[in-house]
Amino acid sequence: MEMIKLTIDKKTVEVEKGTTILKAARKIGIDIPTLCHFEMCDMHIENKPGGCRICVVDVEGRKNLAPSCATEAQDGMVINTHNIRVLNARRTVLKLIISDHPFDCLVCSKSGNCELQNMATKFGIRDIPYQGEKSTYRKDTSPSIIRDIDKCIMCRRCEMMCNEVQTVGALSAVNRGFMSVVAPAFEMDLEKSPCTYCGQCVSVCPTGALTEVDHSNDVLRALSDKRKTVIVQTAPAVRAALGEEFGLEPGTSVTGKMAAALRRLGFDFVFDTDFAADLTIMEEGAELLDRLGKFLKGDENVKLPMLTSCCPGWVNFFEHNFPDLLDVPSTAKSPQQMFGAIAKTYFADKIGVDRKDLVVVSVMPCLAKKYECQRDEFKVNGNPDVDFSISTRELAHFIKQANIDFMELPDEDFDNPLGESTGASVIFGNTGGVIEAACRTAYELHTGKTLEKVDFHALRGMEGIRSATIDFDGLPLNIGIAHGLAHARTLLDEVRAGKSKYHAIEIMACPGGCIGGGGQPFHFGNSEILMKRAASIYNEDASKTIRKSHENPQIIKLYDEFLGKPLGHKSHELLHTHYFDKSDEVNIHHD
Amino acid sequence: MAKIKSLPELVYMKKELEADMAKFEQHVHVCGGTGCHAAQSIALDEKLKRIINDKGLSSKVSVTSTGCFGFCEKGPIVKILPDNTFYTEVTPNDAREIIDHHIVGGQKVDRLLFLDPVTTQRVSDSEHMDFYKKQHRIALRNCGAINPENIHEYIVRDGYQAIGKVLADANPQLTIDIIKKSGLRGRGGGGFPTGLKWEITSKVEADQKFVVCNADEGDPGAFMDRAILEGDPHSVIEAMAICGYTIGASKGLVYIRAEYPLAIQRLQKAIAQAREMGLLGDGILGSTFNFDIQLRFGAGAFVCGEETALIHSMEGNRGEPTFKPPFPSVSGYLGKPTNVNNVETFANIPAIINQGAEWFASIGTEKSKGTKVFALAGKINNVGLIEVPMGITLREIIFEIGGGIKDGKKFKAVQTGGPSGGCLTEQHLDIPIDYDSLTAVGSMMGSGGMIVLDEDDCMVSVAKFYLDFIVEESCGKCAPCRIGNKRLYEILDKITQGKGTWEDLERLKNLCSVIKDTSLCGLGQTSPNPVLSTLENFWDEYVEHVEDKKCRAGQCKALLYYVIDEDLCVGCTACKRSCPVNAITGDKKQVHYIHQDICIKCGACEEKCAFDAISIKLEHTPKIVENGND
Repeated sequence: MEMIKLTIDKKTVEVEKGTTILKAARKIGIDIPTLCHFEMCDMHIENKPGGCRICVVDVEGRKNLAPSCATEAQDGMVINTHNIRVLNARRTVLKLIISDHPFDCLVCSKSGNCELQNMATKFGIRDIPYQGEKSTYRKDTSPSIIRDIDKCIMCRRCEMMCNEVQTVGALSAVNRGFMSVVAPAFEMDLEKSPCTYCGQCVSVCPTGALTEVDHSNDVLRALSDKRKTVIVQTAPAVRAALGEEFGLEPGTSVTGKMAAALRRLGFDFVFDTDFAADLTIMEEGAELLDRLGKFLKGDENVKLPMLTSCCPGWVNFFEHNFPDLLDVPSTAKSPQQMFGAIAKTYFADKIGVDRKDLVVVSVMPCLAKKYECQRDEFKVNGNPDVDFSISTRELAHFIKQANIDFMELPDEDFDNPLGESTGASVIFGNTGGVIEAACRTAYELHTGKTLEKVDFHALRGMEGIRSATIDFDGLPLNIGIAHGLAHARTLLDEVRAGKSKYHAIEIMACPGGCIGGGGQPFHFGNSEILMKRAASIYNEDASKTIRKSHENPQIIKLYDEFLGKPLGHKSHELLHTHYFDKSDEVNIHHD
Repeated sequence: MAKIKSLPELVYMKKELEADMAKFEQHVHVCGGTGCHAAQSIALDEKLKRIINDKGLSSKVSVTSTGCFGFCEKGPIVKILPDNTFYTEVTPNDAREIIDHHIVGGQKVDRLLFLDPVTTQRVSDSEHMDFYKKQHRIALRNCGAINPENIHEYIVRDGYQAIGKVLADANPQLTIDIIKKSGLRGRGGGGFPTGLKWEITSKVEADQKFVVCNADEGDPGAFMDRAILEGDPHSVIEAMAICGYTIGASKGLVYIRAEYPLAIQRLQKAIAQAREMGLLGDGILGSTFNFDIQLRFGAGAFVCGEETALIHSMEGNRGEPTFKPPFPSVSGYLGKPTNVNNVETFANIPAIINQGAEWFASIGTEKSKGTKVFALAGKINNVGLIEVPMGITLREIIFEIGGGIKDGKKFKAVQTGGPSGGCLTEQHLDIPIDYDSLTAVGSMMGSGGMIVLDEDDCMVSVAKFYLDFIVEESCGKCAPCRIGNKRLYEILDKITQGKGTWEDLERLKNLCSVIKDTSLCGLGQTSPNPVLSTLENFWDEYVEHVEDKKCRAGQCKALLYYVIDEDLCVGCTACKRSCPVNAITGDKKQVHYIHQDICIKCGACEEKCAFDAISIKLEHTPKIVENGND
């Protein structure tokens, strides 16, 4: 690799040819401020439109200032990152951006996490001398995401996520000049766009232009209603990230404190979505074995590969884009919805409460879950199986509002029966986790043998598409894994073309899986945070005594008392669903 | 039409066609450019043809609808060869007189000859018109001379011989060297050496390369490229093929704005004809070289003239620029090496190949060779399209070719380079025009817009006009251009409203320098030029607007004052009663007074005053009025 030498702020640095000035400067501790630039190293995600012009630097011999994020360092360059020319330009541009931004920081949901606000603080901006027109737009609220694009600064991060990382194509820059903004085609509502509600746009938005629909007030209202029994379920990925909101190191697992906090918030029962994840494995694993068995016998009505169906963003994606492949994903509901269905039948009966008086709240790392729980097929006479879904961030706000000193909370356990879980269910939060959990169970059910090594390292990692062949006692099972919808699309295109080599595929919409979900604490592009969350999840799995879903005693009991057997009549009624061709409902052009 | 299979065959064909043409004793050329089209030149052309036919003169007299003569101010134009008689503002009703008197009778129709506004004399032919005397037509060589819809007429004028020579030489580097030696620089505004651009693209290895013709002409008032495409489409097609052979591309694309229907139609016709004759397509002129051209239509976004934005637009993406490098020559259309040149640049290429690099380099200045086409507009007598050698002065263009300022007014400034250029003044009139000298004085060559301003033009308003255009046309990608130009416009607007402050002037200067310094593409990097150059050259006018609340040109409505002449006012109260905002005070039979802070300049009082006591003034002296009842 060719190395080059350059001087930045009188310091010399040697970097590989092709390195940007920004990265060269960071290598020697010079942190040039950036606003539109966004990068998640190791995950091949980068946004550098060179649009905000905050990161400009003065390169000797160059006519104008250079955007350091997009300019390649050259051998012998002499660069100044903070002379008066640069600082004046940077401050002026920042003031211009703020001059076209609402001044409602006090009541903005992004306040405190806003990168524009932080930048203004860093530069000590005290006045905006440019008092002119502001670009204003219609506010757009969808089931999961609010677009308040008066606050859009055209960093284009959401556009990059939506188009390059997710290939969803719901958002792109529209209009020209001063009215330019990122929006769905023809500035239609997000609900009419091919948006999957994955929330990756929200994850990366530097301002309050894209935020989640906040349901915590609905939850508060339910909790204060004496007629209601309010129960809560928490997804596996939440416990790996919630601590970050309270200043804990990323990757600190806060399962016990979270359970304690939920109890103090007043939930009548504190349950775990992990329980439902184990249930999902029972159903999905059985479905896989069933389909595999028929397929191997030459049944032409059975299609392989079977795709996982836990991820609601992913379900929306294939309903919009692959309506011809609706019979490919597993019919098993997601853990959130399995939990709701069991809670409002089995559990409601157990405690003698009518389903109308039982409020099921879910805490999810995900924004698409808000949409999922509102789907008509998950309601009984208009009463949803899951009433409200709040994100990890919303839960953190909720805890802070309730004056709970999170750090001082003792570790507490979940309640039973719907709080019992295994290591297999915890790893649902990571990319590859669902299929690994399924393999643990399917192997034992298929072979009748005990699985000695439950850790399938071949299925783990952060590569966008991974594959592994698992030996099911002589039957080589080809597993595919994709996270990020662009990668999902690649595997789906193979399936559509009849060229897929896989028997089973796990797909998660968000990069990293649920740990990187749209409802998680903001990672600000630091992919190490995702790695640490993933590690914390695998640690929690390893620390469990029971690590296979079918060994969960409460699951065994549930089948004994209520469901019968996986794929049985009751299971079909409560735990399985079907999919819809929604390509016409959204603005997608089909060839 | 049969395919032409070699250069000698082409030369032979040219000679035959030439002999055919020589059979005509006289040629009638009717301008078929967009301007003259709009003024009924089609009907005129048809009528001339019909009469010639009726009189049985068809074998002796040809009537041709040509491209633009450039003298659009006085269209429709009819030119008669061989004596170069130049008729202006001809209507279909004049057709019979032209034929009877001139063609048959040999007498010029005096009333249709051009009337020189300075000498007030009729001018007998184009050779004696100041408008043409100092012009040197290379890019426009065939405009007005041939029927653009007939490939034969192009062939008669050595058309497609340049590509023939290039293919016969079979040495792309030789062609590059000719272009380099000629000193041709990009005519779209950037002025990058064309030969060097070709050389860079030729050296990049790729399975597919592209030649792109940038016909996205967007400067307000500019129509150089349109005139070339309408008047001589084959020269651009031939040049693109030469470029394709030189850089190793088999595909060409013309990015043309959809608002140019006539240019599109003629280009399409020309491409079809060239294909039919084997001058485009597979095995051009019997060689192994394949090259074909497709059109891509732009929706009229100014920024799509920027080459990266243009390429994104052609790819079906949002028309916005991206950071360079990579340059299109390395990674352009569909990620392939792409050579982008402007229409006028291409139009020069066949002439350079045919007449040699030395010939071309002998025209112009040391660093800017050849000629430049300008669209001359504004407060000038001869509005139109001109092509002049580099190094000519603004004085020659404005006062000789352009015939001076209209209505005997005083010259104030000339705006060159369109929205990216600047306003130059009296003191710049004698500098030789080329890329570098214009940049040195704060303007630029640009693509060739040239708007002349006189004493009635307010320079703050002129700057505001260009900023208004930029605000409309910014793509919105980078913050300084998207928001900065809007704020510049707002400050200028405030100044023209009479609300400007000294702080605003400081803000203007800072914003201009930051927008120039930080914008992503050429549009933003040059957008403050109209403001900067007027601040530099017309500082006094800005100060007057801000400090004296005065617009010396009388263009800023807010800075005009309705004033009552004390000597003429009889105190009839008619004005007072007509004022919708009660800005006028005064008792009956007493002199009335208009309160300027209340007046909305509606003019109702002026209209009502029977004694002509109310008039508009550029300045007013406030006085202390007692017993004001407002």
